[in-house]
Amino acid sequence: MLDNLPANPTGIGASILRKEDRRFLTGRGNYVADLKRPGMTFGVFVRSPHAHASLGAIDTEAARVVPGVLAVLTGADLAADEVGGIPCGWGITGRDGQPMKEPAHPALALGKVRYVGDAVAFVVAETAEAARQAADVVEVAYDVLPSVVNVLDAVRPDAPVLFDEAPGNLCCDWEMGDRAAVDAAFAGAAHVARLSLVNNRLVGNPMEPRAAVAEYDPAGDRTTLWTTSQFPHVVRLLMGNFVLKIPQHKLRVVAPDVGGGFGVKQFHYAEEAVVTWAARRLGRAVKWVCERSEGFISDAHGRDHVTEAEMALDETGKFLALRVSTLANMGGYLSTFGPNIPTNLYAPLLAGVYTTPAIHCEVKCVFTNTVPVDAYRGAGRPEATFVLERLVDVCAAELGMDRIAIRRRNMITADAYPYQTPVMVQYDSGDPVGCMDRALEIADWAGFPARREAAARRGVYRGIGISTYIEACGLAPSRIAIRLGARGGLYESAAIRVHPTGHVTALMGTHSHGQGHETTFAQIVSEKLGVPVENVDIVFGDTDRVQFGMGTYGSRSLVVGGTALSKAADKIILKGRKIAAHQMEAAIDDVVFEGGTFRVAGTDRTRSFEEISLSAYVPADFPLEILEPGLEEQAFYDPVNFTYPGGAHIAEVEIDRETGSVRLVSYVAVDDVGTVINPMIVAGQLHGGIVQGVGQALCENAAYDEGSGQLVAGSFMDYCMPRADMMPRMHVETHNTRCSHTDLGTKGCGEMGTIGSPAAVTNAIVNALSGLGITHVDMPASPNRIWRVMQTAQLPQAAE
Amino acid sequence: MDLMLEVNGQTVRASAPDETLLVDFLRDTLGLTGTHVGCDTSQCGACVVHVDGRAVKSCTMLAASADGSRVLTIEGLAATTGGNDLHPMQRAFHENHGLQCGFCTPGMVMTAVAYAADHAAPDEADVRAALEGNLCRCTGYQNIVASVIAGAAAMHAGKEA
Ligand code: FES
Ligand code: FES
Repeated sequence: MLDNLPANPTGIGASILRKEDRRFLTGRGNYVADLKRPGMTFGVFVRSPHAHASLGAIDTEAARVVPGVLAVLTGADLAADEVGGIPCGWGITGRDGQPMKEPAHPALALGKVRYVGDAVAFVVAETAEAARQAADVVEVAYDVLPSVVNVLDAVRPDAPVLFDEAPGNLCCDWEMGDRAAVDAAFAGAAHVARLSLVNNRLVGNPMEPRAAVAEYDPAGDRTTLWTTSQFPHVVRLLMGNFVLKIPQHKLRVVAPDVGGGFGVKQFHYAEEAVVTWAARRLGRAVKWVCERSEGFISDAHGRDHVTEAEMALDETGKFLALRVSTLANMGGYLSTFGPNIPTNLYAPLLAGVYTTPAIHCEVKCVFTNTVPVDAYRGAGRPEATFVLERLVDVCAAELGMDRIAIRRRNMITADAYPYQTPVMVQYDSGDPVGCMDRALEIADWAGFPARREAAARRGVYRGIGISTYIEACGLAPSRIAIRLGARGGLYESAAIRVHPTGHVTALMGTHSHGQGHETTFAQIVSEKLGVPVENVDIVFGDTDRVQFGMGTYGSRSLVVGGTALSKAADKIILKGRKIAAHQMEAAIDDVVFEGGTFRVAGTDRTRSFEEISLSAYVPADFPLEILEPGLEEQAFYDPVNFTYPGGAHIAEVEIDRETGSVRLVSYVAVDDVGTVINPMIVAGQLHGGIVQGVGQALCENAAYDEGSGQLVAGSFMDYCMPRADMMPRMHVETHNTRCSHTDLGTKGCGEMGTIGSPAAVTNAIVNALSGLGITHVDMPASPNRIWRVMQTAQLPQAAE
Repeated sequence: MDLMLEVNGQTVRASAPDETLLVDFLRDTLGLTGTHVGCDTSQCGACVVHVDGRAVKSCTMLAASADGSRVLTIEGLAATTGGNDLHPMQRAFHENHGLQCGFCTPGMVMTAVAYAADHAAPDEADVRAALEGNLCRCTGYQNIVASVIAGAAAMHAGKEA
């Protein structure tokens, strides 16, 4: 037997090809926009063209007479039907002990509009064309108010105020860490390095635009919503319970095939509630499909921080304390996870992979006249990593130290785990030095000076950059999350239904929208129960079929859902052992389960998994006195800790001296993801995440016009998405340590690419330009920005 | 207007308003929802189909302009190789993990098939340039590029023999 192959050819560790591919490759995917329901109508939203305005009369007369129009609905209709506001899923507490300001968020604007794209009316018609025509002639009287889009402007005393109850546009003034300890360390430090930076605003842009179809069946008083969601059960709970007041057992939410999420689809959106409400009002199925340009002004955005950071060091380059102050943009309303992202998912990551003993982070969450800001792949952790990994390079430059040496000097060593940081979290496992050393070797860091010289001879600046990072994922231990402000638990659930033939259906509370769950979870079942993956189907995304679940985000599916699945499998095995013990007249403890066979230990008496499955449903020889028939088990798993994947990413760039254009010439990632279930899928997750992070570093920027509050980058023409020719071939590999508290040792891998890459690329760019005295460049490194930075640096310094 | 065209090898007669886009005609009138819509500015390539053998963004073309043409969509691709099996390019995407969420996939595959028809052995840079009109947010393109190279080789395998 070859010992480099997994024992089970479709079990854990096998790069089997994906079970879900065929329907996507043949055009048989089932996305929400593909749905047709009997008597279906079409809805279009009327959205505010103004960033901030008082809402006057809405004249719907002209729209109502367009042939085919069925309804023109406004915020007043919502209020009359007593439809609730869109709830926020997190309630954080400020440093003064006061709860965050949480203004009402009506599903259609009432009184005021607060960003370009804020929905003011919903038109339903027999055809999409009629709905569009009618939406064009809805007359809305706006009394335009001054607006503010930038956090720095929004906190100025004279700034326009979005909500009366939030003076100064302040949602929450939050902190984490020991301020006194940090102040003391700074007072005694040999050196202090400072950095001001901006984390650019992004639009997640999954390739499938959002969509919703809703239908009401009066016969059973049942409402169904099909939606492009990463967490259908949470939509059912939030929308059913808080917005539309539909009892949970009368509401079905289905998220069928979903074309990418990246966080954008992990919120309960107003559109979902409006479409469902309209369908119930009209007694007709209603379909809404977001256009891309509409998505730009209605999908929650990501990032958008302005930060000041300072590191105190001793003379040997040891980090003594870190102080971070951030203004985080919340947009015009609080989105589902909005206030949680720049606080709880940000400050705890500022320890990074270093032994910094004291850290203090204060964050002001600020309302502005922009689209609500919430989680986007990485969510808080890329922002923290960018601050820290840029600042470490600044520290090295100011102390005249090598960038690798300063990291090595401060890095947590593999023997120091479990490691308690000063910002709440305890890392269970890791080997950041090992990841870094391997990345340095593959990237030939040592050979870089020669490559730089060769580039210089061609008249090109060349730079290399590293980012050594960690993330907290596998969200989340409910007890910790609820203490931090979560208004729900963050466990996950799995049910395993073994059919009489030994075939298996596993029902998962997580949702796959590209991650390949139908394959990965089938491999776990295959490993645990010894059945081939062909005999396993994974079901998710339908609240009528799946028990419950919190959905997919925060790299949680495999670590939280996968652990639930493993525990459900353990229950199946235990029951199977009881049945087998009865049949083979042995003690339960003497029956072992290995490779799909129940065996009386030390004998050749066996029962196959199929035989036991059959007898569970045909209980002729079955201990009915002590055991129920059937073979189906369910497990809920609430994690005891976050998981801490991490790694080292190295980027190498070339910059054209004339144009400032940056070319990424090499990218190496060495990551610790814990146990790998399917190496092919893990590599794919890393590739995708890295390119999204490179997009942030090099070209993506959701810029608003400061005067008008218009989103300038409102389509794929103005918002630069990474294309195939932007990237070199990446080298990704793993250097894994086992997670100590997930059953399978997994840590998750969905977000690491976007977390590690922006700092690696930006550090490479700064390194390329370091000869000009440049110490920092904000993202994205567009040719225009880099050209300007180079021009300014090259100007002769003014005389003293 | 009344249209007559061939779609995936079948003759189709249908009527549609003059301004109907080909992509809407395929999706809504014919129910061929494998062709996707990812943008409203002809930037993403999710809607690529073949019209008379050429890769076309079906959101940029009126259904009326396809009158009398041969249209091939992702649903009809496998059958062009004469069996129930996947087309070599579809198989290459499967074997090289060239898709994740699958939304960009129909456009990617149709673009790749048209490109590979006259590029038997493209290198990586060629393929990256050829995919310039197709966006994917999931894969980071690396495995798509590998898929297209493998698919091109498979499409041309045995042709010289
Ligand atoms: S739908 Fe985006 S290019 Fe056609
Ligand atoms: S596979 Fe999801 S957009 Fe390409």
